Amino acid sequence: MISSDRPSQRLILEAGRADRQYWRDLWRYRELFFILAWRDVAVRYKQTVIGLAWAFVRPFITMVVFTIVFGKLAKLPTEGAAPYAVLVFAGLLPWTLASSILSDASGSVLTNSQLVSKVYFPRIIIPFATVMVGLVDFCVSLVILAGVMLWYGVVPDWHILMLPLFVALAVLVAIGPALWAAAIVVKYRDFRFVIPFVVQIGLYVSPVGFSAKVVPPEWQLLYSINPMVGVIDGFRWAILGGDSPLYLPGFAVSLLVTAFMLWLGIRTFRRTERGFADLI
Amino acid sequence: MSDTVIRADKLGKKFIIGHKVQYGGILGEALVRSARGLVRRGADMLHGRAVVEGDEVEEFWALRDVDFEIKRGEVVSIIGHNGAGKTTLLKILSRILEPTLGRVELNGRVASLLEVGTGFHQELTGRENIFLNGAILGMTRREVQARFDQIVDFSGVEKFIDTPVKRYSVGMYARLAFAVAAHLETEILFVDEVLAVGDSEFQKRCLDRMSAVANEGRTVLFVSHNLAAVAALTKRGIVLKGGQLLFDGPIDAAISRYSASLSKGKADRDWGRGHHSAIVSADLLDAQGMPTDTYEPGTPFNLRVEVETTNMPGLGLELQLRDANNLPVGFYSSSIFSQVALPSEPGRHVFTLSLQPLFLASGDYSFDIATNSLTIVVDHGVSNAIPFNVAASSPGGIAYDFKQSLGNGVVALQLAAPLRIERKEREPA
Repeated sequence: MISSDRPSQRLILEAGRADRQYWRDLWRYRELFFILAWRDVAVRYKQTVIGLAWAFVRPFITMVVFTIVFGKLAKLPTEGAAPYAVLVFAGLLPWTLASSILSDASGSVLTNSQLVSKVYFPRIIIPFATVMVGLVDFCVSLVILAGVMLWYGVVPDWHILMLPLFVALAVLVAIGPALWAAAIVVKYRDFRFVIPFVVQIGLYVSPVGFSAKVVPPEWQLLYSINPMVGVIDGFRWAILGGDSPLYLPGFAVSLLVTAFMLWLGIRTFRRTERGFADLI
Repeated sequence: MSDTVIRADKLGKKFIIGHKVQYGGILGEALVRSARGLVRRGADMLHGRAVVEGDEVEEFWALRDVDFEIKRGEVVSIIGHNGAGKTTLLKILSRILEPTLGRVELNGRVASLLEVGTGFHQELTGRENIFLNGAILGMTRREVQARFDQIVDFSGVEKFIDTPVKRYSVGMYARLAFAVAAHLETEILFVDEVLAVGDSEFQKRCLDRMSAVANEGRTVLFVSHNLAAVAALTKRGIVLKGGQLLFDGPIDAAISRYSASLSKGKADRDWGRGHHSAIVSADLLDAQGMPTDTYEPGTPFNLRVEVETTNMPGLGLELQLRDANNLPVGFYSSSIFSQVALPSEPGRHVFTLSLQPLFLASGDYSFDIATNSLTIVVDHGVSNAIPFNVAASSPGGIAYDFKQSLGNGVVALQLAAPLRIERKEREPA
C-alpha cells in the first residue's frame, strides 16, 4: 500500500478549535490546487469556436475603444511620449487580471458547493485555484502588449524586469477582497450582486483608460487608497520606463491597503470556512 | 500507540432551521411579514449569524451526546431511520461539518466517500476525471498513476477513456466514478449509501470490493439502508435514532434493535378510533417480514395493518399512497378492488397485503389508511399512517437516481418486453 508509508496522523475535531494542521494540510493538498486550477483552465474554452483567441479579442477591443474614447474624444493626456494605446493597455492588463480574479474567486466557493459539501480539503484552495485562469489569460494578453509596443516602436528599458513583481502585486490586490467576499457570500448571498457592481465601478475609478497623473496632485495620496492605482502605476512604470515615474508615497499607501485587505481576507476566510458546509 | 482509531466524545451538532408559517392571503399581512423578516435578517447579519429562510426559526439537534470508540481494523455500520443523523455523523468525522459540541479524535489518514463521482467534470475526459476525482478524494498523482490501470480495468470503460464524460452513458459514468473511489487506500474509510445504485451485477462487484477492503485490516465505517449488505459486511452496528445513540454492539442485535425501534415508534402513536372500527397499527415490511421505513423500488409492497372491528358488516379497508408533496399517487380499496370486507365479528384482525411491485422514484412517501362503509363514508382514517422513503431508484439498473424532485412523476414506467427499434424502409417512389 502506497499510503502506508505516510506517518499516521492524530487529529482532534472540536468546535471552534484552531486547526494547527491547517497549513500542513494545505501542503498535503497542493496537488488538488494544481488539478483544480488545471480543470478551470482546461474547461474554460471548451466548446467555443475561437477558443483561446477570446483571450486576445476582448482586451484588444477594449484597448481600441478606450484609446478612442479617452485619448481621442476626451483628449486626456498620455504620460511623457508614450502612445495612448500603450498607456491604456499597460493599465488594462493588470485591471483585467485583478478584476477577473476578484469576480471568479469571490464566487468560487459557491460554484464548488458540490465539493464543499461532500469532501474535506482546506477550502482556501478553491479561490486560489481560480487565480490560475486569470494568469493564463494574462499571459496571452502580454503577447498583445508586445505586439502593440512593437507597432508603436516603444522599447522597454530595464524597468520591465520588475514586471513580475507587479503581476504578483495585482494578484494580491485582488485575492484579499476576493477571499473576504468568497467567505461572506456563503452566508450572505447579497454579495453576489455586490461584486459585479464593484468590478464595473472599479474600471472607472481606477486609472485604466487614463493616466493617474490627471488626478490633481493634492488628491493623489487619497486616490492611492484604491490599491489598483498603485498596481497600474507600477505596470506603467515597468513598461513605459522613464515616461511614467512612480509616485512613491501613493504606491506605499496602495501597498498598505493591499496588505490590510489580504490579512482581512485570509482571516475572514479561515474563521468561517469550517462552517461552509452548514450554510451551502 | 493506542489501538483506538476513532473516538467520539459527547458529539453534538445543531442546525438552525426555518419554518414557513401559514397565514391568510391578506396582502397587508404578507407585507408586515416580509418587513418583519427583513428586520430579522438585518439583525442576524449585524450579529454575524446566518440567514435562515422562513418566518420562524428553530434549533434542531441532528446529533446529540454521541459517544463511541472504534478500534483499528474494525468494520462498523451505522444504521438508523432517515434523519437519524447518520450522514451528519459521517460528515463530522470526515471534517466536512464542524461539531457544535463534543470532540472527535482520529488516528490515521481518513478518506470519505459520501457520494461517487464528486467533482467529476462533464467536459473532461474519463482519464482526466480519474486524476481530478482522485485528487479530490485525497490521493496524490503518484497514487492515482500507480492504480490507473486497475481503475480503468475495474470500470470497464477503457475504450472511452479519452472521451469527455458528458458523452458517457449514465452507467459508464457511475462505474468509472465508483472505480476511482474503490481504489482509495487510506487507513480509515467512511462510506455513505453509495452502493445503493447500479444494476445487481455492479452492486455485487461493489459489495465484493467493500468486503475486500474490510478484510485488508482497514477501519471502515459504513452507512446503509441495505440491511442485508450491512449484515454481510460488518460485525458491529451502531444504531442512531433522532440524533442519539440507541445501541452499539453486535450487528445482529443492532439490526433487530433498529427494526424494533421502527415498530415501537409507531406504537407510541394513538390513532384514535372510528364509530365501528379502529386502525391500531400499520407497517411496511421488508423481504424478511420485519418492519421497515424504506422501500426498495421494484419489489413487492408488503404491508401489515391491524384493525379492530365491532359487529358492523361491509366495512372496507382503503390505502392512499401519497408522494412527498402529499399528492395522491395510488389507491387501493379492499371492497372495490378485491371485494373483500372487514370481518364483522368483533375483535382485532391483522391484514397482510402484498401489492404488486412499483418502480417508485426516490423520495418520501406515505400511506394514508382508512376504513369505510360502502366506500363513501370514512369510519376511521389515519393520514400518514405509514411514512416511508425510497432511498435510491435506478430504473435502468444503472447509477442514475430517478428522483421525485425531478418533476417527472413518481413512477418509472417499465418495459414489458425489450425495446425494439426497426428501420423503416423507404417506399419506392
